[in-house]
Amino acid sequence: MKRIRALLAKELLLETRQQYSFYGLLLYIGTTLFVLFMAIDQPEAAVWNGLFWVNLLFICINAVAKSFLQESRGRMLYFYTINNATEFLLSKLLFNALLMILMSGISLLLFTFLLGNPMKQAWPFTGLVLLGGISLSLVFSFLAAIAAKAQQNAAIMALLGFPVIIPQLVLLMRLSSATFSPLLSVSGSAVGLLIALDALIVLMAVILFPFLWKD
Amino acid sequence: MKKNWWKILSAVLLVYTIVAGLLGPVPALPLLQETIRNLYFHVCMWFAMMILFTVSVVYAIKYLRSLDLKHDIYARQFAVTAMLLGVLGYATGAIWASYTWADPNKPLLNSFSTIARDPKLIGAAIALLVYSAYLILRDAIADIDKRARLSAVYNIFAYAILFPAIWILPRILPSLHPGNDGNPALDVKNDISASMRVVFYPAVIGWTLLGVWIATLKVRLQLITDKKLIS
Repeated sequence: MKRIRALLAKELLLETRQQYSFYGLLLYIGTTLFVLFMAIDQPEAAVWNGLFWVNLLFICINAVAKSFLQESRGRMLYFYTINNATEFLLSKLLFNALLMILMSGISLLLFTFLLGNPMKQAWPFTGLVLLGGISLSLVFSFLAAIAAKAQQNAAIMALLGFPVIIPQLVLLMRLSSATFSPLLSVSGSAVGLLIALDALIVLMAVILFPFLWKD
Repeated sequence: MKKNWWKILSAVLLVYTIVAGLLGPVPALPLLQETIRNLYFHVCMWFAMMILFTVSVVYAIKYLRSLDLKHDIYARQFAVTAMLLGVLGYATGAIWASYTWADPNKPLLNSFSTIARDPKLIGAAIALLVYSAYLILRDAIADIDKRARLSAVYNIFAYAILFPAIWILPRILPSLHPGNDGNPALDVKNDISASMRVVFYPAVIGWTLLGVWIATLKVRLQLITDKKLIS
């Protein structure tokens, strides 16, 4: 636990030292939204919902890609000697989840600001967005680890991730479309399913990461 | 000859499937009518696909436990064969849908976008996409051992997420597909009449065995090609 915290602190420190990537992400969100803002004004709820989730997906790829890709070979070797795989992986997952929570919050704000607010139930939607951000970040973190080991760029990570993420994304879009009507409510069991899927992803990542880790 | 009994069984079962499937008695249901015979081909091929993907994952797990490259070759070839069956299942399903689901007043292609939204089609499409990504990942890595290890990891990870999702999706999305209303699987006992079940089960076994046969041929070829690598 202590070591996870230390690794997490190291990630945060790196993030504050190398702020270009954080601001790069903000700029990415900002420009994407500005393009959308220019292309359409005030889309209807279904379009808004679809755009939002697709936008979140692309933000996630950009945010998470560097988590493993930034580590050089030598640095990975160093981590290998001082940590065990589970702690290293969990710290990465945790950090990416935090980053995505922040990014989904920001993009939600900008979306309502620029493209109008079709939400009838704002809080359930916000909750779903945060949950969705975490789900996306978990899947893509693990795939980033695979892509990094394959010595490939972020493109192959997106390629590996898209088919795997579709079911969750469909589930999230379905659930969140309920919040655009004042009468429908978000089904609790479906949210439970999403959380269970997240738990499954973390479990699989913890089991499989040691095999990626050693060379 | 002793080892080949299942190949003969496969051929016999498939001949039986085709003959009994096209000539045997079927219930005359509204809308479906004689197209119901496609059940022996379309559904059984997708059953076989699922079984072969599962075999592929089992070999991926075996590879990670033993680091024996043979298992990696098995995992890859079973995945490829399953994809072949998946594409065939798509083709047979498309023919079936064009007679039952498509709007007869519109050109066939216009109905496609509505039909392709069906959750089971999405599930099958995702399975094919995942394994296409698997093959691309394999080709992207030059080092043989690393390729085997990373692709085995991806294979297991994707399978573990994919299959729960395929079970969940139909419960949430609306569907025209049979086996609906909360039960994502085909309820073999109730949905298929007794006269059809005597063809259905052998057909599933027959198509699966045919898939295994194709896969083992490819595996043997690959084993000879890579003889020097596998000690």
